[in-house]
Amino acid sequence: MHEISYEVPTTVAEALTMLKNHGAKARPLVGGTDLLIQLRAGVAFGHNEEFRGSAPPRRPEFIVDLKHIKELRQIKFDPTQGLRLGAAVSCIEIHESDLMRKHYPGLTEAAHLIGSLQIQNRASVGGNLCNGSPAADSTPALIALGAKAVIADASSTREVAVEDFVVSPGRTVLKPGEILVEFLLPAPPPHSSDSYLRFIPRNEMDIAVVGVGTSLTLDGDLVKAARIALGAVGPRPIFAAKAGESLIGKTLDEAAIEEAARIAIETATPIDDMRGTAEFRKHITGVLTRRTIKIAAERAHNKK
Amino acid sequence: MAENQKTNGKVHHAKKTRVETTINGETLEFLCEPRQSLLEVLRDVLELTGSKEGCLTGDCGACSVIIDGRTVCSCLMFGVEAEGKDITTVEGLADGSKLHPLQQKFLEDASLQCGICTPGFLMSAKALLDRNPNPTEAEIRYALAGNLCRCTGYDKIVHAVLDAAKVMQAGG
Repeated sequence: MHEISYEVPTTVAEALTMLKNHGAKARPLVGGTDLLIQLRAGVAFGHNEEFRGSAPPRRPEFIVDLKHIKELRQIKFDPTQGLRLGAAVSCIEIHESDLMRKHYPGLTEAAHLIGSLQIQNRASVGGNLCNGSPAADSTPALIALGAKAVIADASSTREVAVEDFVVSPGRTVLKPGEILVEFLLPAPPPHSSDSYLRFIPRNEMDIAVVGVGTSLTLDGDLVKAARIALGAVGPRPIFAAKAGESLIGKTLDEAAIEEAARIAIETATPIDDMRGTAEFRKHITGVLTRRTIKIAAERAHNKK
Repeated sequence: MAENQKTNGKVHHAKKTRVETTINGETLEFLCEPRQSLLEVLRDVLELTGSKEGCLTGDCGACSVIIDGRTVCSCLMFGVEAEGKDITTVEGLADGSKLHPLQQKFLEDASLQCGICTPGFLMSAKALLDRNPNPTEAEIRYALAGNLCRCTGYDKIVHAVLDAAKVMQAGG
């Protein structure tokens, strides 16, 4: 690995000053489970890879470790305001949080699917998003819940819907000098819940061939609100808005579920690769859409 | 990373950072470059060569150590991040010449052949039993999913962990 400097800010303001000073030469670090691999591989990319647009620099000189900042480590829930989830909260902290499991079970399951325990102990949902992978497990779960990403730089703060965060594989809306501070999630309405499923050819430790996240709000037997998001079936995570909307005002019978699955399949734009063919991925998109709707509905029904 | 330095024929004398940490119960200080992984520091600076370098991508788990009660891949963490942490490596498992029940059962159950993966499996298994002293076979298999073995076929490893859990529950 090339030479780096390592800096440990303890406040957001301090981090933003460091990042402003270093500009495109800096990369934030949280769990490092993607970043260290990329830093090592950076040697293979050559020394003078140009910094373009929002592409992360291949050979950053400054590593700014954000995980000692309190605001980035908090899980703060309020029944009316909703959830503030720090960008550096580790996947295992989410999985072990009773309130996360109770209010956002789908997101909690997704966080517990990312890599091994060794990875979940270090990796964060914020880092999972910032890495920009179309197959990130936690991203469809966040989109389904209507999560917003709070982004800050030295002079201002902005909010971006999670479905708009990743631009293309490995590229995000983050500019040099900006960090993802936290996620804002709406408080779950009564009779609502969420679910996330992914397909991999083994039980553990693999990258999603397809991932689907669904959130549902019920009003008696009728669907009041629904959001469906797809992973690994396009160049970036996909918000299948129309698939969710198709359920609204309907009872969740086979025909309604089938129609949502059909629209989800239409929305998916997968490619053929070593993990699966486009045709197979479309098929699985339908299967997982149907299953996540049923799981989320059952959870919503059972919730008081 | 050490490999790259060797093959390039260059040694970079970057400014070294002083890190204070606790390893296997002993508080110590070491000097390392910010780019050095914890695994490199353990093996090359502190000469604790029990933790192995396998894939360097967090897939194989051969470099697993326990930090503040949780297993991590030491290849995916900078040495400088160890500041103030409590680290246990495979060297810290045995009590003097008395093997830890996991080590004893790995030997008795023939749970290793080439042995490269063993330190990582032992650390993942220890972290599991520290949290869950009586795991089911399925729980063991999930807890060890981040560790790869190409010799044993896993079955003997899982049985050693089940056997060690029994010994430990009986106070052994």
